[in-house]
Amino acid sequence: MDIVIIGLLLGGTYALMAMGLQLQYGVARIMNLANGEVLIAGAFGAFWFFAGTHASPLWSLLFVVPLAFALNWVIYRVLIAPLVRRAKNQGKLDVDSILATFGLSFLFIGIMVAFFGAQYTDYAYLSEPIFIFGERYGLNRVVAFLGSVILCAALYVWLHKTRAGLALRAVSVNPSAAGLVSINVMRTSALAFALGGAVTAAGGVLLSMYLTFDASYGVVFTLKALIIVILGGVGDIRGTIVAAFILGLAETAVATLIDPGLTLAAAYILFMLVLLIRPEGLFGRRTA
Amino acid sequence: VSIVAKAPIVRAGFGITAHELRTLLVGALLLIAAAFVPLVSEGYVLQVMISIVMYAALATSWLLFSGPTNYIALSTAAFFGIGMYTAAGGIDILPYPVLIIIAGVAGAAFAGIVGLATLRVAGVYFVIFSLGLAELVRQIMTWLQHVLGTMSGLYVTIERTESEYYWQLLLLTAVIFVVGWWIGRSRLGFALRIIGNDEVVAVHCGINTARAKVILFVISSTFASIIGALVAPRWGYVEPVVAFNPFLSFQVVIMALLGGTHRLWGPLLGVIPFTIIWELISIEFPDQTTMLLGVCFLLIVYAIPNGFTGLIEDTFKRRAKGHGGSPGPVHQVLGAVSSAAADDPRPQQSNDA
Repeated sequence: MDIVIIGLLLGGTYALMAMGLQLQYGVARIMNLANGEVLIAGAFGAFWFFAGTHASPLWSLLFVVPLAFALNWVIYRVLIAPLVRRAKNQGKLDVDSILATFGLSFLFIGIMVAFFGAQYTDYAYLSEPIFIFGERYGLNRVVAFLGSVILCAALYVWLHKTRAGLALRAVSVNPSAAGLVSINVMRTSALAFALGGAVTAAGGVLLSMYLTFDASYGVVFTLKALIIVILGGVGDIRGTIVAAFILGLAETAVATLIDPGLTLAAAYILFMLVLLIRPEGLFGRRTA
Repeated sequence: VSIVAKAPIVRAGFGITAHELRTLLVGALLLIAAAFVPLVSEGYVLQVMISIVMYAALATSWLLFSGPTNYIALSTAAFFGIGMYTAAGGIDILPYPVLIIIAGVAGAAFAGIVGLATLRVAGVYFVIFSLGLAELVRQIMTWLQHVLGTMSGLYVTIERTESEYYWQLLLLTAVIFVVGWWIGRSRLGFALRIIGNDEVVAVHCGINTARAKVILFVISSTFASIIGALVAPRWGYVEPVVAFNPFLSFQVVIMALLGGTHRLWGPLLGVIPFTIIWELISIEFPDQTTMLLGVCFLLIVYAIPNGFTGLIEDTFKRRAKGHGGSPGPVHQVLGAVSSAAADDPRPQQSNDA
């Protein structure tokens, strides 16, 4: 029971972080290996805010999210857009964007080490127990989960009820066809990329409330988000949410039953299974 | 050490052309010259030379797989670490040369599993998988040590001088070059170049693409493991954080890209300047190395996407065009086509000659 509830709480927060990558890879079609570093930057933002003001780190969302949005917009416009223009096909774009964002991730790590140091960081916020079905859980986990659910729901409604959301979904299905119905694909992709970065940073703020992190820990989150996106199916929001819960449960099971240091192994086993059994993901469409 | 990997496309049998013989001779001479370094200089220069040879071996073995296929492997540190741990874990039980062989076998086996799981599907999955591989093996190693109750670090000590390390690594680098040269001439290398240019075409030519990719990934990773085993005793103390440092994967990729990834000797051109500059940066700005490494990487990706070899070849092409006399209309068209190919910044195109 413990495992199920902690796993669900963790999965809920993972869902938000993976939604960010889903927007970047599923809509803008950029394989962003610096995604985890943006998440860690969000976590550092929350830590810095909490250490300075002792107010709820949730308030830091107010500046972390717009900043992450602006930063990722600039990254797309300055670094990614030239690659998109010179790429002949998706394979070439993948190679280029992997290299560029791989370099970017180390740049981010370096900047964060310069500002916050290389040591493990955490802070105690709402670390009082809450009782669910008679068992104790950290209140911060529950709050992070609720925050993630609210943001995910808002994103989902935005994607499905607004014209801009419709444009994003159109680009996700087929960029060249989206161009034919007078959607500005480049602008929409930039929007998706920036929004994805903002959502990921928000995930970082929420995760920082109960996880210990350091500047170089981003790669683990990049990997987890990628595995969630692939497991759920590229371009499928439902799949992402389901996959996030699966990963949350699997990790918690491994951490509780075997060793807390092996969470990445759980993610890798899931990844292996997907690649061997269903490479297009749970909800993905098989492409030619 | 310089051997041209570019095999003519149409060739049966193993006839060595005069051009190839010349490059082989140049390579052999460079190797002999490099072998004399420890006799002339010791101390700091030799240390830097050991770094250069180690990274040359790593980057060239990385290139064996990632160069022709364009599948960017970010997993060098994982295999390097496996080699280190094999040497460190067995040093009290088995003789050291046996451990080096075991390290190679262990690396090959692990690469085989990873390759079979990931190389049958789209390339991007392989890259993702390789990204966290070092971290995964590190977690498993830490856990194993925890379960077995051993200490987190292991001491490896054998009697070796710096010169001996240097010669070992130099010899291995030569072996890697010979293997790379041989692969470039073989059907396997030809198959890989087709895969790198267009995987769909490769499949339609009847190439078993998955098999070719797995074989090459195994060869490439085996070398990384052996290098790990060779340098483990030089470091003396092995622990998970050091052995599986993701920086190593990053440095290897950056050096290979700087040199250029479509010639066997490309990484060498990147390794030598980068190692020297890196030594200076680590001394001058010890706290900003990560940031500067990121900046260097971005500069290389955007400014010289074809690396030094790409720059050199472009210069030669332009000069050849300049001295061509008055070209007829056909030549002009051909020139336009080839200059379009030369202006193309992506590293994929120029494999076929």
